Amino acid sequence: MAEASAIRLAPLWPMIAAQARSEFFRLIRVPAFSIPVIAFPIMFYALFGLPSAHEHIDGIAVGSYVLASFGAYAVINVALFSFGITVANDRGSKTTLLMRATPLSPFAYLVGKTIATLVFSAIAISALFVFAAVTGGIQLQPLLWLTLSAKLLLGVFPFITLGFAIGYLAGPNSAAAILQLISLPMSFASGLFVPVDDLPAFVRSIAPYLPAYHFGQLAWGAMGAPVEPIATTILWLAGFTAMFAAVALRAYYREEAKSFG
Amino acid sequence: MTAVVEAHRAAKNFGQVEALLPTDLTIGQGEIVALLGPNGAGKTTFISLMLGVRKPSAGSVSLFGLDPRDRRARTRCGVLLQESGVPEFLRVKEIVDQFRSYYPAPLALDAVLEMAGLEEKSDALIHTLSGGQRQRMYFALAICGDPQALFLDEPTVGMDVEARRNFWRRLRDFAAAGRTLLLTTHYIEEADAVADRIIVINKGRVIADAPPRVLKASVESKRVSYDAPRAIVDTDVAGLPVLRIVNADGRASLFTADPQALLRELFDRGFDLPNLEVVGASLEDAVVGLTEERHG
Repeated sequence: MAEASAIRLAPLWPMIAAQARSEFFRLIRVPAFSIPVIAFPIMFYALFGLPSAHEHIDGIAVGSYVLASFGAYAVINVALFSFGITVANDRGSKTTLLMRATPLSPFAYLVGKTIATLVFSAIAISALFVFAAVTGGIQLQPLLWLTLSAKLLLGVFPFITLGFAIGYLAGPNSAAAILQLISLPMSFASGLFVPVDDLPAFVRSIAPYLPAYHFGQLAWGAMGAPVEPIATTILWLAGFTAMFAAVALRAYYREEAKSFG
Repeated sequence: MTAVVEAHRAAKNFGQVEALLPTDLTIGQGEIVALLGPNGAGKTTFISLMLGVRKPSAGSVSLFGLDPRDRRARTRCGVLLQESGVPEFLRVKEIVDQFRSYYPAPLALDAVLEMAGLEEKSDALIHTLSGGQRQRMYFALAICGDPQALFLDEPTVGMDVEARRNFWRRLRDFAAAGRTLLLTTHYIEEADAVADRIIVINKGRVIADAPPRVLKASVESKRVSYDAPRAIVDTDVAGLPVLRIVNADGRASLFTADPQALLRELFDRGFDLPNLEVVGASLEDAVVGLTEERHG
């Protein structure tokens, strides 16, 4: 028999690819997840953006500004719900128990979920962009579409770690409700539905402490609106990512000690 | 040669509950072992320690000479847990492919589906599977990595008699290639059909570790019981075909392979046998009997 040190592990990248594929399928096949995260941003865009698409706000067309807002909203929802609900379900259905007994790398599990979230986010914002281009007559340079998409996808990490934390703190039945209770008020208070300047003074004062506000800065900046310096945005988003990751890891280790100790 | 499983004084408590008392156990390569015992006996706890799903409260367990939490050890094992789940909206072939990616040299998808009897269900979504089909899917996930050792916790739960027999045949085929197999069960028939070593566990303690024929002899005996004013001891039945005596609640139970001969002798010797009862010994009787032999 081979020495222990000679035992090969499965190669990491195919494992990540297989994991990402499965995660993507389980997201797209559950209409309760896939329809709202794609349809809501489009619906809100039609309600809030289309009627005044050609008016101006912060020096840019309302249609473009609101497109950035709901693009951000779409990505936030995909990340929160894809991580929050699947992690809560994996725990509730004892999928985590079976996975623990296999040689699945925890890193592959996380990266697979992240890739599926990014692909789904790309689909959600593409659907929104196509809708905006067709109905709102938004004409953007191809480079601008790409910049906006790239910024939205790169800024997703605080919402991934927040979703992961909720997935570990909430049960499989309560996760969706808790996520909705976080997503909607946070998005509203961050100026994604109504520009921050039009929010009540109290809400305006808390906006700068919300992750979605800084994520919005990233999106509006891509469209040419005046925003906080990019370094400030990156620092805030990185800080939120780390903070939620710490909460998630704490919850993870607590469960680890309880269920697998 | 490194043993597949090696437990040294391994024990597990959940708070005040002693799920597994300090236990030594070695399972060598190629052994087909059944861990047999009633519900709550500690079987799942023991297998969880072997697989690193739980940590021992005391003592140690190694898997292929490694910590069971080491991914290298798990790479050589396939597992079917009593409680487990998979994403319900995946197709059977998709989940098998996902699990195949966890192993360095997995079996081909088609071979796995055939061995698990799931060729027809390859494209089915998992949430549409029946209980028996679901168990076969978990079996497919357990074997897909071409493991050297297979750990199955109550693998035939939810299967009818025929499905169970088919499953045993699949298990024997899989184990025939020199693989190590450990399954837990509370059916002695299952342990007998599959295993060449049966470990009986009760109340967190290993109470017997023997080939099936030895245990079967004990289980296939009959129990002759009657109201006895005082405890019956060995000398009372000297020379009679009695395997074991149990005195409880004012009744004496004599276990025998030949109840007819025993009763004839008892009447001949003038025994009074009020409320006489003759029944087949159950597995529980066997387990209890084994406990008494070891500790009584």
